[in-house]
Amino acid sequence: MTLTAANLVRRANGRPLVDGVSLTAEPGECLAIVGPNGSGKTTLISMFAGLRLPHAGRVTLNGTPLHRLDRRSVARQIALVEQHAETGERLSVREVVDLGRIPHLGPLSPRGARDEAVVDRALVAVGMADMAGRSWHSLSGGERQRAHIARALAQEPQILILDEPTNHLDIEHQLAILALVTALDATIIVALHDLNHAAMFADRVAVMERGRLVAIGRPADVLTAERISAVFKVQATIEPTETGRGFIRFTAPSRPATWG
Amino acid sequence: MNLARSRAMAGARLLGVVALSVALLGATVIFGATIGETQIPFHTVAATITNHLFGAGYPVDTIDAGIVWNYRLARAVVAAACGAALAVSGVVLQSLLRNALADPYLLGISAGASSGAVSVAILGLGGGLLTLSAGALCGALLAFSLVALLAVLAGRGPTAIILAGIAGSQLFNALTSFVVTKSASADEARGIMFWLLGNLSGVRWPDAWMAMPIVGLGLAVCLLHARSLDAFAFGTDAAAALGVPVRRVQATLIAITALMTAVMVSIVGSIGFVGLVIPHAAKLIVGVRHVVLLPAAALVGAVFLIGADVVSRTIIAGQVLPIGVITALVGAPAFALILVHRPSGAGGTAR
Ligand SMILES: Nc1ncnc2c1ncn2[C@@H]1O[C@H](COP(=O)(O)OP(=O)(O)OP(=O)(O)O)[C@@H](O)[C@H]1O
Ligand SMILES: [Mg+2]
Repeated sequence: MTLTAANLVRRANGRPLVDGVSLTAEPGECLAIVGPNGSGKTTLISMFAGLRLPHAGRVTLNGTPLHRLDRRSVARQIALVEQHAETGERLSVREVVDLGRIPHLGPLSPRGARDEAVVDRALVAVGMADMAGRSWHSLSGGERQRAHIARALAQEPQILILDEPTNHLDIEHQLAILALVTALDATIIVALHDLNHAAMFADRVAVMERGRLVAIGRPADVLTAERISAVFKVQATIEPTETGRGFIRFTAPSRPATWG
Repeated sequence: MNLARSRAMAGARLLGVVALSVALLGATVIFGATIGETQIPFHTVAATITNHLFGAGYPVDTIDAGIVWNYRLARAVVAAACGAALAVSGVVLQSLLRNALADPYLLGISAGASSGAVSVAILGLGGGLLTLSAGALCGALLAFSLVALLAVLAGRGPTAIILAGIAGSQLFNALTSFVVTKSASADEARGIMFWLLGNLSGVRWPDAWMAMPIVGLGLAVCLLHARSLDAFAFGTDAAAALGVPVRRVQATLIAITALMTAVMVSIVGSIGFVGLVIPHAAKLIVGVRHVVLLPAAALVGAVFLIGADVVSRTIIAGQVLPIGVITALVGAPAFALILVHRPSGAGGTAR
């Protein structure tokens, strides 16, 4: 499964939110998208998942334009974990994860033993097997996030797109979830805020700035002190690690931002 | 456990639940046909029904038989269809618009129906060719079309639909009030008011033959979309990401609920509260999976409305109350109870 974006543009009120982004997610790789708030990560992701149509350019899946494909077959191949997704319904964790089977089931076909098994496995994978019966509204933010990830896993996607999946997670689960998804036999596209997570887990990193893709490549090549300073406006030093990916140490601003 | 066996057990359980539901519905309909101001013994009711259904030919008093078959039974069947249609429409709209307060009249239907009804009854629109029901149906569909158009222009989102519905309802309610205050005599105004609050007294078999297929069709269409409705739990984007063709499903389901509601309103007037409260009650009983929730809501709605009709006919001797008064009198406290007993976490605030 190769997902390719060619010259994607999406505007709102005449202002480009995503401006001429081209990139290809290779089968099986983990591609991290980093960039400051408002740089267009979520907008880009919504076009990757086929939720929004680009105003120019196009997204193709194995060469076929995404908008030509039937929604359900797209959902069997691409799963999305949104940045924010809440419900007012009184769903249990298991019912939320069950939603992931929808693209695999016809309107009349009952859910079978395999569907149950996939859901069970997804719950175990995110460490929520013992919370399957809990009600959604009783979950903490991090638990909700993990339930969403389990739902996406239950879709058995070849491409998994996650928008800041480590939001709300404690450090153990941040690392566990990233290790889990990167170990999957699937293409991973993940928007991340923590540059060290990108450096640790991604095969390639794409850097967004004001809607444009300003760099893409191996973490060590892309996440340099100069680029971090230019894009994120912070000083950093890159410490070498034995993995060759580097550890990014941020330096406190010498003159703190003042208020008032 | 053996897989084939567990499948078979699930099948048997499903069959049992369906049989039980049908039996409950049948029993309630017969109950509705038995209770009334004229005391008619149960065996007469049973004999009349078997005579009509199976041509059994039991000897019964023809007047009693007429009351049971033409008056009460038709009425119970229409009440059941209407309760089911309103409840199913409520479930669908609440899920689709992700709004616990959505009810079938949100789409301007009851306001449009009342405008249509007064246009026929008071202004004499249609020159006597249109019945009150036909006028109401036209008004309801016209109002819904306007609301739908406005919602599309306003951006199709749930909020757009709700706001368009409010605007449309206000407009048509104002039209109704205008016509009533300008042209209606006191008697006409009272009659219209009675009709608006829901009135099953004129209902006969032709109405039932109209209501039953519509509710059957509506329930079937909604059931076909049960999985899609589940997918809307986390919003339209999440539904789209799960492979639901959001716009097509929204358009189909809103149109079918509008049709169901419009037909029911044109037969019995706008009976309030059923479409709002029954979905919540059904969710408390069977949970939120739409494959189960939709039929459950239909059943609860049907049983509830037959019961409300019986109460409205019998609570004050010699007088029939508008059924909408009963549904609101029962529905409002029931709604309050549901609100209070909502599991914590769904609506807590800091102090
Ligand atoms: N519907 C919209 N109308 C106008 N502007 C929008 C709309 N949606 C997003 N934007 C703007 O587009 C820009 C990019 O938004 P986007 O959500 O893609 O950023 P992001 O990189 O995901 O940010 P974050 O890190 O905060 O999640 C932001 O400036 C945002 O305010
Ligand atoms: Mg974002």
